[in-house]
Amino acid sequence: MLSIKDLSVSINGKTILDGFNLEVKAGEVHAIMGPNGSGKSTLASVIAGREMFDVDRGEITYLGQNLFDMAPEIRAREGIFLGFQYPVEIPGVSMANFMRTAINEKRKYLGLEPLSGAEFLKLMEEKKKFVEIQSKLTNRSVNEGFSGGEKKKNEIFQMALLEPRMAILDETDSGLDIDALKVVANGVNMLRSPENATIVITHYQRLLEYIVPDFVHVLFDGRIVKSGGKELAIELESKGYEWVKKEAKLASAS
Amino acid sequence: MIQENMTTSINTLPLKERLLSLFYENLPDIKGAATAGVNRLREQALAEFERQGFPNPKMENWRFSDISQLLETDFSFDFLNQSRPFDIENIFTCDVYDIDTFSVTILNGWFVYKNAPLTRLSNGTIIGSLAKAMEVFPDIVDKYLGKAAKTENAALTALNSAFIQDGLFVYVPEGVKVEKPIQLINIVDSQVPLLLQPRHLVVAEKGSELTLVHCDHSLTHNVSFTNTVVEIFAQPGAVVDHYKIQNKGRNSALFTATYAQLQKASKVSTNIITLNGGFTRNYLDAKLSDVEAEADVNGLYLVDSNQHVDNQVFIDHASPNCLSNQLYKGILDDQARAVFSGHIMVRRDAQQTLAYQNNKNLLLTDDARANTQPRLEIYADDVKCSHGATVGQLDPNAMFYLKSRGICERSARQLMMLAFADEVVQKISIEPLRQRIGHMVEKRLKGELSICDQCVLHCNSKGPTTFNIDMSKI
Repeated sequence: MLSIKDLSVSINGKTILDGFNLEVKAGEVHAIMGPNGSGKSTLASVIAGREMFDVDRGEITYLGQNLFDMAPEIRAREGIFLGFQYPVEIPGVSMANFMRTAINEKRKYLGLEPLSGAEFLKLMEEKKKFVEIQSKLTNRSVNEGFSGGEKKKNEIFQMALLEPRMAILDETDSGLDIDALKVVANGVNMLRSPENATIVITHYQRLLEYIVPDFVHVLFDGRIVKSGGKELAIELESKGYEWVKKEAKLASAS
Repeated sequence: MIQENMTTSINTLPLKERLLSLFYENLPDIKGAATAGVNRLREQALAEFERQGFPNPKMENWRFSDISQLLETDFSFDFLNQSRPFDIENIFTCDVYDIDTFSVTILNGWFVYKNAPLTRLSNGTIIGSLAKAMEVFPDIVDKYLGKAAKTENAALTALNSAFIQDGLFVYVPEGVKVEKPIQLINIVDSQVPLLLQPRHLVVAEKGSELTLVHCDHSLTHNVSFTNTVVEIFAQPGAVVDHYKIQNKGRNSALFTATYAQLQKASKVSTNIITLNGGFTRNYLDAKLSDVEAEADVNGLYLVDSNQHVDNQVFIDHASPNCLSNQLYKGILDDQARAVFSGHIMVRRDAQQTLAYQNNKNLLLTDDARANTQPRLEIYADDVKCSHGATVGQLDPNAMFYLKSRGICERSARQLMMLAFADEVVQKISIEPLRQRIGHMVEKRLKGELSICDQCVLHCNSKGPTTFNIDMSKI
């Protein structure tokens, strides 16, 4: 579904991703772990189409298409979803208006009739259950005055509404207490299907107890230095990133 | 409209000199049945105008607003009321379905009526023509007219005061709460360039409440020069809500000076929504004359092409324990130009004053320009005052967030602009009116609002307007 080959990305001349490779197939959940500054969030932003980065080398294909030919909104309508590490507050834009616009633009792109107000309301009611969201959240401005937990729940709520094929969750667990973490993880698990795929970017193993990945990759210095199954996350938790860093340095030295 | 008897002296004199000579040539018509007090006022005002002349960019308050080109126009004047009693709906209908208003119309500066020029409601409220009120209620007119408006350093107000003939007169007796908003539709419809000077007087007696919706429109694309003065008197405990909707043609110049005098514990809110206009200048002067008065002063301007909008605010804290709030926001596209100047004066005795001011401008192009200037003049020591001004562009982080959900650039911009404007729209306290104006702003920002859309309240519509569900209310 998503194929990243030899991707190198820089910002203001500073290389962040350097020869990054990843293959994601439908039905899979990949976890990308790594210390701060290893390039995890940059990867998420580049896939979503953020323009502040320079792609110096490499390619990303998504469902057989060159991702770099697609504007961010086209990527979204084609099924890519980024759960933001820091969801943006947009005063004055109501959640309902925001999501209705997003859904109807996607539907138009896919050649479907727009949802009526009533249909949209019904859909919203249905999807709220995924993340145990209070109804009052949806008539407030996008993320404005939301607590950290509410913001992250709101990302999953949007994901539930947009039904992406390829979801990338960037540090969705950061700043969450255990209850909120369970709610978020539960939402993600309910949306899992053989047709879609998920990339979970996280710093800690904790989230992976609830969203069990098929593959775990360790990102360091802009490339994947170690891959494995879910046990790798547990090993990382006990040995720390220093262990992988050492291995990576040995490998590059030899 | 029939224009045949209009005074159109073909003349090469500069506009100022022409006005001075027209004043004396037409004095009997201008005076009409005006009160002695009003006629005294006009003599003084004319002298003031003669002394000051028209504003020019050398004056501090006119630094960014040059009207010299407008003054070159060969204007006509309408010193006699050409309109007979007739049904305004013949040329302009306003079918309001979910806002029940008491609607009055002023056409080319003259009050238009179907039945009577003055209406007295069962609760004692008087609404109607100022010209007629000068005949029927000379005591009320003389007690108030010209008492809040200043002619010093205000050439246009002086000019208006010299030529007072007609306009809206509203008198709300003590303790009366006027349920229906009063809607004033001010229309210019002329085949020739017209200079008109409506004068409105609003008196809200002790403990009374009133909502006034003031819409300015043009029905032609001709050049027009509207020089309006509004005086609002809020007696102790009175509450006056004043909304202005300005949707004028690109060749129109609209000047509105509003003077509000607030007595003890009275409250005046104003909200000026400028949707279109060639040259628009709003001067707002609120004097907090007694304790616990409150002025809430808001404005929203959405301008494009080479439109020019200038908002000048002067809040005079002349008494202790008063509150004032200013929020002006604008979105500027193309080569549009906006000017804001907010002057807060806190006089020596006005302790415990709370005065806030904020002006935010969103520029959509590199050619759009906003000049914003706060001015705080504080002579008391126990006060809380703040001011803020921003001129910026759409937040790129928010734009990316919206796009990452599948929303295209255009829709994302519209959502952001609506959000920006909404803060001012939310200040409108009457729910149906807030929705209507919100809808109008939305249409304007989507580029679906033509200047010919005659009224914010969906005038001219022949059936109830259907709306999408307002998602923000769910």
